[in-house]
Amino acid sequence: MQTNSLRSQPKRVQIQKVGLRTAFRRWRGDWSLIGLFGWGLTLAAFVVFFGLPLVWLLLAPSKTDSELLRLGPLTFGSLGNYGRAWTNLAVLNDGIITRWAANSVLYTATSLVISLGVAVPAGYALATRRFAGRRLILWATLITMILPGSALVLPLFLEMNLFRLVNSAWAVILPGAFFPFGTYLSYIFFATSLPKDLLAAGRVDGCSEWQLFRKVALPLARTLLGLLTFLSFTGNWNNYFLPFVMLNNDQLYTLPLGVQVLTSSTSALFPNFGNDYPIKRPEAALLGLILVLPVAIVFLFSQRFVLSGALTGATKE
Amino acid sequence: MAIQPRSARPRRLTINTAHVFVAPYILFLLLFGIFPGVYAVIMSFSTFAGGRPNYFAAGLKNYVTAFTDFRFVTAFQNMFVFLGISVPFGIICVVILALLLHARSGWLSSLARTVYFIPGAVAGPVAVLLAMFMFDPNVSPFKPLFTGIGFAAYKDVVRPAHLAVLFTLIGFFAGSGGWIAIFFGALNGISNEILEAAWMDGCSKFEIARFIKLPLIAPYIIYMLILVLAGNVQLFAEPQLMSQASRFAGVSISPYWSPNQLGYAFAFQLGNFGASATISLLMLAIGIICALLVIRATGFFHTDVFNA
Repeated sequence: MQTNSLRSQPKRVQIQKVGLRTAFRRWRGDWSLIGLFGWGLTLAAFVVFFGLPLVWLLLAPSKTDSELLRLGPLTFGSLGNYGRAWTNLAVLNDGIITRWAANSVLYTATSLVISLGVAVPAGYALATRRFAGRRLILWATLITMILPGSALVLPLFLEMNLFRLVNSAWAVILPGAFFPFGTYLSYIFFATSLPKDLLAAGRVDGCSEWQLFRKVALPLARTLLGLLTFLSFTGNWNNYFLPFVMLNNDQLYTLPLGVQVLTSSTSALFPNFGNDYPIKRPEAALLGLILVLPVAIVFLFSQRFVLSGALTGATKE
Repeated sequence: MAIQPRSARPRRLTINTAHVFVAPYILFLLLFGIFPGVYAVIMSFSTFAGGRPNYFAAGLKNYVTAFTDFRFVTAFQNMFVFLGISVPFGIICVVILALLLHARSGWLSSLARTVYFIPGAVAGPVAVLLAMFMFDPNVSPFKPLFTGIGFAAYKDVVRPAHLAVLFTLIGFFAGSGGWIAIFFGALNGISNEILEAAWMDGCSKFEIARFIKLPLIAPYIIYMLILVLAGNVQLFAEPQLMSQASRFAGVSISPYWSPNQLGYAFAFQLGNFGASATISLLMLAIGIICALLVIRATGFFHTDVFNA
C-alpha cells in the first residue's frame, strides 16, 4: 500500500456549498500565493523543457524539409508526409533501414530472453540458499552493476576479437545479456518477498529444488519479471557504443547505429539547398521517432510501478 | 547415530543444486565482467603486429604513448570541465524537482512526473539527434531563447567552447527522469508521522524540505553523485555523433574530445590496441573506484538481506 497516508486517503465526498474565497483558501492550503506561483512556474518550465522536444519530434516528420523551415516548429503538416518520409528513408542503401529495425528487435529480444534465464534463477539461488562462493558472487555483482557499461566496451572488443566473434550478432547479444543489476534485483526480490515457510513446506512435501523454483517462486515473481524486462529492453534498445565498436558490417547494424550512419555519412541534418538527396531532416526525425516510440510506450505503461518506488523499496510488506 | 544438522557437518566444498542455478550467471560474470578487465590489463602491456598480439612485449611503452599524447591532456581537461558543470547542475536540479513534485499533489504534479520521466526513453544517439535539431535555431521550438541571446544559427550555438554545457543539457534531458523517479520514490518512503509532526509544529513547506526531507534523502544524493560522475566520465556517444554530424554545418569539433573517444581512436584509427587498452583501463579504474565508493557510502552490505 502507499506509504504516505496523506496522499492515499480517499477523497471524502463532501457536498457542501462554500463561497469562492473559502474554496480558494482550501485549495491553497498552507501555501502562500507567491510560493504556489513559484512552485507551479518552476514545474511548468521544466515540463516545457522536457516536453517540447518530444512534441517537436512527433510533429517533424509530418512536414517536408522546406515546410520545417517555413512553418512553425510545432505545426502539423500532413499525415501523408509520414509515409513519404518512410519511403525516403528506405532509399538509403536499398531499404537497409528495415534490416536495422529487424536487427534491433532481434538482438534486444534475444538478449532479454537470455538475461532473464540467467539472472532470475541466479537471484533466486542467491536469496534462498547457502552455498560456497555466495558472498563472492554478490560482491562481484555489486561492483559490475555499478560500473558503467561503457567502461567495459573497449576491453570487451579486445576479448571478442580474441574469440573471433567480432562483427557478428553474438558480439552484441551476449554482452547485452550480461545483466548483473538484474541478478541483484532478483536477489533482493526473492529475499524479501518470498515467504521462507512456503519453501520449507514445499521441501517437506518432497519438491525438488527445480520444482520449487518453477512452481512456487516463479509464479510469484511477475512484478520482478516485468521490471527486469523493462530495464533490459530499455538498456539494450538504445545501446550505441557496444554495437558501434563490435560491428562494421552495416547489414548487422541496429537502429542506433543507423542514426549514426544517417547523421555522419549523409548531410541529412544540414541539407544543402539544391541537393536532390531525399533524406533530409524530416526523415532523420522519423528515424528518431521509430527508435523512441516503442520505449516511450513501454515507459508510459510501466510508469506506475516504477515511480511507486519499486526500485528503492526493499522492504515492502 | 543422530542425524547431524547441516551446519554441524564437516564443511566440504559440496556442489548442490544452487550451484546449478547460479552456474550460467557465473559464466557470464567471468566472461563479460571479469575477463575483459583482465584481458585489457594484459593487452596494455602487449604489442599488436599484423593482427597477432605479442603479450607482455611492450613493457610500459603503451602507457607512455597514451599518457604523453597531446590529445590525452585535452581530453581529460574537457572531461573535468564537463564533470564540473554537469554533476552539480544535474544533482541540484533533480533534487529540487523531486522535492517540488513531492511537496504538493495534484494534476500538475502528476503531469510533470510523467513528462519528466518519458525522455528517459530517448537515450544515446536519438538524444543527440534530437539535440542537434533543438540547437539549430532554424528549426528548433526554442528559437526565441536563442535569438534572445543572439544566436542566429547552428554554428553560433554549437561552438567548441559551449560543448560542456551542450552535453550537460543532452545528458540532463535523457538521464534526469530516472533519477527524479528514484528520488521521488525515496521521498515517498519518508514516514508520514515525521512530516505531520513538523507541520503541526509550524514548519513551512520550505523548512520541511530543507531540514527534514533533504537530510533523509542525503544517502541517495551521494549515491547519485558517484554514479553520475562514473557515468559522465565515460562520455562517448554525444561528442562522437556531434563531431561527425556537425561537419556538414561547417562546425569543427575535435574527434578526440573525450577520453573514451581517444581510446576508440587509438584502437580503430591508429591500430594501437595496446594504447587503447591503457586508456580503457584508466576509465575502468575510475569506474571501479566509484563503485566501491558507492558500496561504502550507502552501506550496501548492512542490509539484513545481504547478511542473511
